[in-house]
Parts: sequence; structure tokens; C-alpha cells
Amino acid sequence: MKNRITSLFATTKKDILNVFYTAGFPALHDTVPIAEALAAAGTDIIEIGIPFSDPVADGPTIQQSNKVALDNGMNVKLLLEQVATIRRKGVNIPIILMGYLNPVMQYGVEKFIVDAAQAGVDGLILPDMPVYEYEEEYKALFEQNNLCNTFLISPTTSDERIRRIDAVTEGFIYAVAASSTTGAKSDFTSDQLAYFDKLNKMKLSNPFLIGFGISNRDTFSRAAAHGAGAIIGSAFINLLKSSTNLQADIRQFIEGIKQPSRV
Amino acid sequence: MKYAVDNRGYYGRFGGAYIPEMLYPNVEELRTRYLDILQQEDFRREFDDLLRNYVGRPTPLYHAKRLSEACNAHVYLKREDLCHTGAHKVNNTIGQILVAKHLGKQKIIAETGAGQHGVATATVCALMGMECIVYMGEVDMARQRPNVERMRILGATVVPATSGSKTLKDATNEAMRHWINNPTDTHYIIGSVVGPHPYPDMVARFQSVISEEMRKQLEEAVGNPFPDYVFACVGGGSNAAGAFYHYLNDEHVNLVAVEAAGHGIHSGESAATTALGKPGVLHGSKTLLMQTEDGQVIEPYSISAGLDYPGIGPMHAHLFDVGRVKFVSATDDEAMKAGIELGRLEGIIPAIESAHALAALKQFEFASDDVVVVNLSGRGDKDLETYIRWGKY
Ligand SMILES: Cc1ncc(COP(=O)(O)O)c(C=O)c1O
Repeated sequence: MKNRITSLFATTKKDILNVFYTAGFPALHDTVPIAEALAAAGTDIIEIGIPFSDPVADGPTIQQSNKVALDNGMNVKLLLEQVATIRRKGVNIPIILMGYLNPVMQYGVEKFIVDAAQAGVDGLILPDMPVYEYEEEYKALFEQNNLCNTFLISPTTSDERIRRIDAVTEGFIYAVAASSTTGAKSDFTSDQLAYFDKLNKMKLSNPFLIGFGISNRDTFSRAAAHGAGAIIGSAFINLLKSSTNLQADIRQFIEGIKQPSRV
Repeated sequence: MKYAVDNRGYYGRFGGAYIPEMLYPNVEELRTRYLDILQQEDFRREFDDLLRNYVGRPTPLYHAKRLSEACNAHVYLKREDLCHTGAHKVNNTIGQILVAKHLGKQKIIAETGAGQHGVATATVCALMGMECIVYMGEVDMARQRPNVERMRILGATVVPATSGSKTLKDATNEAMRHWINNPTDTHYIIGSVVGPHPYPDMVARFQSVISEEMRKQLEEAVGNPFPDYVFACVGGGSNAAGAFYHYLNDEHVNLVAVEAAGHGIHSGESAATTALGKPGVLHGSKTLLMQTEDGQVIEPYSISAGLDYPGIGPMHAHLFDVGRVKFVSATDDEAMKAGIELGRLEGIIPAIESAHALAALKQFEFASDDVVVVNLSGRGDKDLETYIRWGKY
């Protein structure tokens, strides 16, 4: 079977919407219905976070969702079961798992790669996994299991390193929009625009999605204009937190973002 | 050196730099430059001068005669408690602020547990006229109140860490987040031999002055630079790294690291990392870590805020792995008794962290001519409230 991520990027070059949420949040078994609602509403990629006790790259919103999810009893094994359920329910868009290395290490990195692929995962983002470690220890196993691996780059990442990351990437690159932890922000600065511009001029072999600080249709369409699409995280978590009707609210949120902007 | 970090930043299977990309350029800049900077003539001169004339080095190696009698061995105390600011932590902050200056950084951030590293950082920032922000767990701010005010008097901003257990681990998370959000003008002065490579190695080098002096002082005192034992407490492991450093290759010197057992190793309230930990990744390095089966970090506990950390530096994880350092532990009770005992026997009230190292002496049968050095990492002023609450003196 072809990998759903590479298939998506082969056919779709613009406005790809990747939505991030934390597994087991707001309630332990919300992971599955949220994925179904996202897919039904037209989301292109679902990115599910594996909660961790010490999420150093995350701002307050995602930190708190991690804590709630852990208090709810979320863990890697249960998440893989939930992903399998999402697939059984007919969701057929790409699913990515994103998580800090430690919970994955305790599960067993090799076992995790195999079991994730088996459950129907298409790609992983392990933001604190060093590039050399991926290359030397895990890349072959990712490939055998038809899994993509996505690395982050940020405005302070050197061109040389961007090229190195591009060379080991299969799927897409996650371009962090600002030098910051995760969290919804309002606008792009000229420095950020120059950074997106640079990425486009570099003609990388992988497409990139822009993330961190994307919160609504406005920031989505502006970010998406500079890459293959964008990633929404904290703003969606905030929605989940306040929602009393997940299905309806998610549909409204996604449609609000995917709608072409009215002039 | 046999136990030194390798060129990829590892000590055996531990170490490395496990950091999100947003931290990579900062850590990489430090990695590529620190050895050069440390070797520069003007760096060396300024570092040595400040250690001597500002910190008050060399610190004495004191032959504690009444304690020796009680232990039936020749016990020497390496008096890091006499350093300016009251603990060994300042050896590292002097070094790192000079590195920060060489890197052209203008602002400093730090995490602190007991407040000793925070005070030592606030101190060198005042000295160099640099802006200083210290993250400290809310719980620690309450139990180390005097140090909070000391930092403020020195002009630092103390920011409470309110996530997780509200102690050292969470203060470290917050400092890392701050660094992610301020990537160009800020240097993060990590307070122990933890964090991504090159921090563990850099901090160990700055603290290694402790054992460098010990060798000379022992040579003078007993005609031989090698003690039979060196004892040091371990939070992250910086005072232990400094006390062990120049003895690592001398395998006949017994090195003993003392962890905090809190209410007892298996009480569920402890910080004895080697006894309870498994390999994991936290704060940028692969090391031994107290964690659940699912890989969630366990909130540690110790009466001593400076030892209340769920991991140890990767160098120590390796030294434990290969058996070069013997790891033991002392409970709250044992440490408090040992601290009060030192007050009575020698007129020295130690930091509760250091009291753990003293408490471990009781677990060993020494030969009467054994030379034993205890690294007295800090003084007890900051802990008076805890001593008073403890009461039994
Ligand atoms: C006096 C004293 N000793 C020991 C420690 C523990 O740190 P480390 O293990 O890095 O020496 C601290 C930490 O705050 C301290 O204040």
C-alpha cells in the first residue's frame, strides 16, 4: 500500500490542513470521535500528540492538554488501539503521531515503529530525536514499515542543516513559523515572511507545512500561501476544551478554515 | 581520560543532545565553541582570577578531627560551603557567564531548586551587569524563601514555575521554554551536569577545580594526593562531578555518590535515581530517569530541594553503569541527623544536600588509617527553617 502522506502530497500542492490534538483529551476516549469528525469535515491530515509529563517545546495550552490526558490515563498502547479503531471506522486520511522520545523509548522505539504502522499510522514526528540517531538507527525500519518521518525546522535553523534534514526526510518538513514554543499567535512578522520565502527559494525535495501560531482561517490561509499548507494545534485544543458538542463544533471550525476566503 | 565524554557527546550509552529543533542552533553554537573559549588565555586568566579573589578559592581542605574519631578514619571536609554565596554552584556560574560574554549574549536565564544555583547566577549577573531571570518551582520558593529574596536583592527576576510538581524539574522545563522563545540574545546557565551535550562536560570542567585542589591539598596534608574515599551528594551531580573528576582514572580511589532516599527508597517518596530509574530522555540528555512504565517522569521527593530531581547527569549514569562510582543513598532522617551532628562535632552547619554525603559515612566500615574526603558542597544558612522545623537538636 502507498503511504497516505506521500500520496496526499503527490496530488495536493496547496492548502493542506493538518490538525493537531492531544490523545486522550478532553476525555480518554475522545481520540476516536475527534478523528472521525476531523476527517468528515475535510481535514487533510490528522496529527495526534502522545502526551508527556514534560513537554518542553509546548506552550501552556498543549501543556495543559498533556496533563489532562495523562490524568485521564492515556498511554502509547491505548493510543495505538485507538488509531486502529479510527481506521476500522473508515477514516482514510493520513494519521501522524507526534511525541517526545521518552514515552516512545519506554514502549520500545523499534516496536513502536512496527506497531504504529500496523495500527494504520502513516508518519511520526519525534521532535527530540536527533537527526543522526534517526539516520543510523531507525531510518531503515521506518522505510520497511512504510512510515514517513518528519523533522522540524525553525527560523534559526541553518541552510546547511535544512538541506541535511530535507535529505533524510520522506513526506514533508514541519516548518515552525517562529522561534517559540507552541501556542496561538496573531500575525506574521517580516522576518517570518522572509524565512518562508527563503524556504521556497531553496527548492527542497520535500514540501513543507507551516506550524506554530496558526489559529484561524486568516492565519491559515496566509501561512498556507507560503507552503503546501499549515498546521493548527493550540487553537484547536482550545476549541476542544470549551466545546459542548464536539461533532458540531469541529465541523464548524474546520469548515471555517477550509472555506475559500471571501473578498 | 577514560571516562570523558566522546566526540559525539556521549558517556557510554548516556548523554547526547535530545532537543527540539528550536534549541538546536543555541546548543550547537555552544558545542562548537565551548572548548575553544575555555582554552583561551584571557578566559583562563579571568576565570582563575575570579575564583581566587571573588569566590575565595582555593577552599580549605579541613581535617575534621572529632568527626574522624566518630567515623574511625581520617575524615577531611572539602569546604565548598565557604565559597562566596555558600555553595559550589558559583564555580560553574562564573565559568558560564564568561562563556556567555564570549558568545556575545546579553541576557541570562537559569533554573534553580534549592536556590543556590539561582543565587550564584544572580550574583555573577550582578557582577557582569547582565539581566538575569531565574525560574524556580513554586514549592521550592516557599521552602527556600531566603534564597528567593537574595536573588531579588541581587537584581534578578524570580519567576515561579507552576506546572507539574512545581520543583526543580519544572523550573528546568520553564527555563528551556524561555530559551526556545528567546533564541539569540540569551544564554541558559544550567546549574548541574545535566542537559544536552555540551552542558554536562562544560559544567564538570568548571567544577573540576574541586578535585584539582583536593589533590594538592591532600599531598600537603598527608603526603599523597589520593584519598581512599571521596563522598559527594548527587542531585544532578555537579559537586560530585567536580569532586570525582581528577580521580576518575585513579581506580584505587573509591568514589561514592550519595542520593536522596527521602522517606526511604521504596516509600514512593524518594529521589534515589540509580536505585529507581531506567534509561530515558529528559532535559536534553539520555540518562537514568525515575519514570513510570509508560515513560512519564515521576515527581521525586527529598527534604532537600537541591537533590529533588528525577534524573542524574549522563556522566554519572555512565559511571554507575560501569561501576566506577558506588551509589548509595541517605534518607531525610539520616541526613538531618548527620547535619546536626556536624554542627555539634565541628561547629559547621552543612546544607541539607551536603548532609546526605555525611550521612553515608555511617554505611561504611573504614580502616582506621583510611583517608576519607567528604565534599561539603554548601552551608546550612538557607536551610535554617528546615532545621528548625525538624527540631531534634
Ligand atoms: C549545597 C548544594 N549541594 C548539592 C546540590 C545538588 O546539586 P549537584 O548534584 O549538581 O551538586 C545543591 C543544589 O542546589 C546544593 O545547593
